[in-house]
Amino acid sequence: MSVPAVVVEDPPEDYLQEHTLKSWLLTTDHKRVGILYMISVTVFFFVGGAAATLMRLELMTPRGDVLATPDAYNRLFTMHGVIMIFFFLIPAIPAVLGNFLLPLMIGARDLAFPKLNLMSWYVYIIGGMIGIWIMVFGGVDTGWTFYTPFSTMFSNTMVVTAAVAVFITGFSSILTGLNFVVTVHTMRAPGMTWFRLPLFVWSHYATSLIMILGTPVLAISVVLIALERIFGVGIFDPALGGDPILFQHLFWFYSHPAVYIMVLPGFAVVSEIIPCFARRPIFGYKFIAFSSVAIAIFSFLVWGHHMFVSGQSMYAGMIFSILSFLVAIPSAIKVFNWTATLYKGSIRLDTPMLYALGFIGLFTMGGLTGLMLASLAIDVHVHDTYFIVAHFHYIMVGGTVMAYLGGVHFWWPKISGRMYPEFWGKLSAMLVFVGFNLTFFPQFLLGYLGMPRRYFEYRPEFQVLNVMSTAGASILAIGYVMPLVYMLLSLRKPPNAGPNPWGATGLEWQVESPPPVHNFHDPVVVTCDPYMYSPEEAERDYAHDQHVRNA
Amino acid sequence: MTHHIIAVRTYLIIYFALIAFLFATVGASFLPSTAPHLLIAMTIATIKAVLIILFFMHVYYSNRLTWIVAVASLLWLTLLLAFTLADYFSRGWLDIPGK
Repeated sequence: MSVPAVVVEDPPEDYLQEHTLKSWLLTTDHKRVGILYMISVTVFFFVGGAAATLMRLELMTPRGDVLATPDAYNRLFTMHGVIMIFFFLIPAIPAVLGNFLLPLMIGARDLAFPKLNLMSWYVYIIGGMIGIWIMVFGGVDTGWTFYTPFSTMFSNTMVVTAAVAVFITGFSSILTGLNFVVTVHTMRAPGMTWFRLPLFVWSHYATSLIMILGTPVLAISVVLIALERIFGVGIFDPALGGDPILFQHLFWFYSHPAVYIMVLPGFAVVSEIIPCFARRPIFGYKFIAFSSVAIAIFSFLVWGHHMFVSGQSMYAGMIFSILSFLVAIPSAIKVFNWTATLYKGSIRLDTPMLYALGFIGLFTMGGLTGLMLASLAIDVHVHDTYFIVAHFHYIMVGGTVMAYLGGVHFWWPKISGRMYPEFWGKLSAMLVFVGFNLTFFPQFLLGYLGMPRRYFEYRPEFQVLNVMSTAGASILAIGYVMPLVYMLLSLRKPPNAGPNPWGATGLEWQVESPPPVHNFHDPVVVTCDPYMYSPEEAERDYAHDQHVRNA
Repeated sequence: MTHHIIAVRTYLIIYFALIAFLFATVGASFLPSTAPHLLIAMTIATIKAVLIILFFMHVYYSNRLTWIVAVASLLWLTLLLAFTLADYFSRGWLDIPGK
């Protein structure tokens, strides 16, 4: 007697199915580590944002009246900088979206070193906890740059503890970078050649190189600070035979490339969103790919532009000025190519696209004002003014944060399996764009008029522009809180996104949402180039949809 | 992936070479602190570092990609030192009146 064959299909076991705390804290799944990072960086973003809110409230009036002392203001802007840079901007896109997407995009089951990946999160959390501990128990007043000899000999705040926090967190960054480089080299699916890699992967590869090559120098710089501060070893303090500008060389050798650790992953996100919502293959794939590597290399040759007025040799300043202009070339290649991708595209203005378009405009303004600052004569005029503050916020907030939010909206259906409400998404993107410009554009004017940064009182004639900036910050805050609320609320619904709600071409969109634990059910073989979009097909689909709707 | 197995004898030779260079470093510290002192100390340190990278870190027996990584890392260190020293060497070139 024969038993009829019963075909039992395994349920699509997605990576979110296990709910225990242990399953999260001991996970080695790159997707879950990405989610752990997402929760952590969101907490730090709002802590750093709270510090910014207090600063903007303080600066509403020319007199110091919100905070008790100027010293409290010093500690506040330092903690804002330290938290936003080391605990949000640097890990945000690589550790959240990079971790989640990179193996999916190259057809791999996980990163090359899954345990190292989890370890990087724990290392980050240890550094972050120390950072929060510093905030609660006294703070630091050196600015995020820890300039010597103030930091080593004069500051009475928790400098060494902050140095320890930065030192530890740096290792998390190195581990992530190392994991990405090895994964891209060794774990690409058959057929996934270097020039079939999504540009997201190219940008993250370039970012990883900076993380690996630059971060150790930051680590040794903060160790030297601790050595001078604790043991009085004369390294940076002139009174002990040291040179304060040596610290600036070491610090900016990492910290200028760190700007590209923050913004290259932003380029990565935008390079995925633009072709998808313009329904066109990306224009100049190889130029965009190589420009990421070029930016990574050039980023190490320009650090002296932070030191034009700090006593650095004028000849070194001239060389650094010329080299700084060079970075504009690969950056402009990207902006022009994204714009060319839009040309004759079938453009859809969904939320991720709004963020991506906002990114292009704001990053361009940040980049062009960067060229002004790379010019020695202008830099001498606006150094240490609000012009600088506005410039780097256009890059870091207008660039990286916009890209991060665009990326989170774009891949939220993949990450969670749920769609977010499109109306609220578009509204938040608009509010962020308007709020951002209202906050930071007046700061260009303030800086050009001569208002110095890092003071908690200012001359009365600067008040109007400061009030505008604070009003903009309020709008910006609403724009940032909204996605947090509606995305969390979207989790209450059952999965409704489907595998590919945007009709995108990447490998990550070929699996169900949320993805299975092992990413792919069958071995992946790649047979075509990335970004095979067709604007004509999109137009036909659109016309068909309209026809059906009208009928 | 196969790994080249280095003979214990090689490790011992490198180890004793490093010990010898350690004594050389201590000896060099007794020289008067002028330019040749720095040059000698840095040369000894560089030789020690190269021996460790090549043999203890197995780069000598590794594939080309590992060589590229090692050389690129040294190139990056050179960038840091070269641009920083360019600042120090050129600081006095401009004659500022009254300074």
